Amino acid sequence: MTRIAGLFARLKREGRKGLIAYLTAGDPSPDRTPALVEALERGGADLIELGVPFSDPIADGPVIQRAGERALKAGTTLAKVLEIAGEIRRRSEIPLLLFTYLNPVMRYGLDRLAKDAAACGIDGCLLIDASVEEAHEYIGAMHSHGLDTVFLAAPTSTERRLQLVARYSTGFVYMVSRTGVTGERDSLSGAITPLVQSMRRITGLPLAVGFGISRPEHVAELGGLVDAVVVGSAFVRLIERNLDNPSLEIQLEAFTRELKHGYGAAA
Amino acid sequence: MAPVEELEAAYLAAREDPGFQSELAGLLRTYAGRPTPLYFARHLSEQLGGARIWLKREDLLHTGAHKINNCLGQGLLARRMGKRRIIAETGAGQHGVATATVCALLGLDCVVYMGEEDMRRQRLNVFRMRLLGAKVIGVSTGSCTLKDAISEAMRDWVTNVADTYYLLGSALGSHPYPMMVRDFHKVIGEEARRQILEAEGRLPDTILACVGGGSNAIGIFHAFLGDPVELVGVEAGGRGNHLGEHAARYRGGAPGVLQGAYSFVLQDAHGQIALTHSVSAGLDYAMIGPEHAYLHDQRRAEYTAASDGEALDAARLLSRVEGIIPALESAHAVAEAVKRAPAAQDRILLVNISGRGDKDIDIYRENLKELDEP
Repeated sequence: MTRIAGLFARLKREGRKGLIAYLTAGDPSPDRTPALVEALERGGADLIELGVPFSDPIADGPVIQRAGERALKAGTTLAKVLEIAGEIRRRSEIPLLLFTYLNPVMRYGLDRLAKDAAACGIDGCLLIDASVEEAHEYIGAMHSHGLDTVFLAAPTSTERRLQLVARYSTGFVYMVSRTGVTGERDSLSGAITPLVQSMRRITGLPLAVGFGISRPEHVAELGGLVDAVVVGSAFVRLIERNLDNPSLEIQLEAFTRELKHGYGAAA
Repeated sequence: MAPVEELEAAYLAAREDPGFQSELAGLLRTYAGRPTPLYFARHLSEQLGGARIWLKREDLLHTGAHKINNCLGQGLLARRMGKRRIIAETGAGQHGVATATVCALLGLDCVVYMGEEDMRRQRLNVFRMRLLGAKVIGVSTGSCTLKDAISEAMRDWVTNVADTYYLLGSALGSHPYPMMVRDFHKVIGEEARRQILEAEGRLPDTILACVGGGSNAIGIFHAFLGDPVELVGVEAGGRGNHLGEHAARYRGGAPGVLQGAYSFVLQDAHGQIALTHSVSAGLDYAMIGPEHAYLHDQRRAEYTAASDGEALDAARLLSRVEGIIPALESAHAVAEAVKRAPAAQDRILLVNISGRGDKDIDIYRENLKELDEP
């Protein structure tokens, strides 16, 4: 069982819901990322999505785009992200999901990435701009090194596509809360409930929902519906606003705890 | 995936629909100005002393470039799909102007994304788009050029997919865009083939076209794919050979994935997409259209590059000896003709003049200062 599957089994056993935190690795610098992840974990994050910065992040909104630019400027490469993951793994057993665009992966080599990621203690991978229909080689490489593959389902996904996403996802399925790119929103879209219901009919895999979730009340709203929520841009924005602030880690920990409180007693 | 699948289904149905095709053909004829002439460049040919050079005059189309062919086709498709809001990206502004024009014609809302660097370089086209009723949104991420404008248009599309049609302007992006853009431009080659057979009684030896994403090139190449005709795409050689100084994908590029397409792309050792440079905004893009990469791999087409300086010289020459001021993009194809013609005695070179130079006057002025004294 991977750390990701283990996490969801434990959450279920304990009747709890999970909080998945996204960070762009290397933002503001590669050295800083392990400490930021520790802060998230202290605050109650259950799983870390480690974003690989990319020059042309078409699925991301401006907040994560800017984080990617900072990380690239600080010299972050895919190889560097693996090093960062290794550093985190030396200190913690928190599940790590690599979040990346396809081109850096192609350049690095699919098999080489799967092998090196597994060796660094990464537990799974989410390839944001590869369609599940064309991902056979990738799925094979990841699974042969014991890594989970997480795919996304969106409100626009057809029934046929939901089936494919469910079949090739392991660990959990990532439900996109609305059409569009990553980024905070005031309120959640009504599209998520029918999407989750459709997916529940297809698969017994844990379901996480992301895109636009940034407040404890969003977490509260989704707690009854899914097994975990993903928060990204809200963390990244907090980092952006406190780049030179020595209390950044403390703030990150506090905000994580606040989000987790959204679940109320269920957390 | 659902939106591109919906688009593909709608396009394939439209392609088979005689009503759609006849409305498009009618607009191309009466609104855009097709067929465009094939002109024998006698003075240019004499001056270079070798090949007989023919020019396909896409620069004479309404809005000043070939881009209108594709915009009319996709505009009609959008209307047929019931999408009332059109978004587009633009580099040089020609595709943005053509999109704004078609939206005005068809009564559709129009939003154009344009890199802020390109807005500065192509101020006149920004104004034209606004005059046509389009909203121009500046993009200030990355290199502030075409690549970033495409990313921003894609973000808009995935957010507003229910009522919005993304009118992509080059032979790029995910399927069905490269196929659809090629289909709407293949009329260029079909006409040129008929015209050259009529005028010369034989096929040309070589066809030259500039290649950014590659829409005008694939448009003129397509009808000749089965013929014994040499096809040459001319990329932007920029101001040097180092990564970042040019947009010549076959000078240091590698296979990769950008913005939904798998093709040849300029990138660094870590898979980050490289910044590019060209004096011509329309060629300033890191990836070549996937069908061109295929033609390259099949050795059916050859890709070369012309530098900023060679393109400027070619534009000046064509203006002076033929009275045709080409777009800077098209000037790259002319530059390759200038290189090849002297050694190509009795051969026929066909050059696609994809656009006219009005939009580039400010850049020509900056680079040809001796002509701009009071």
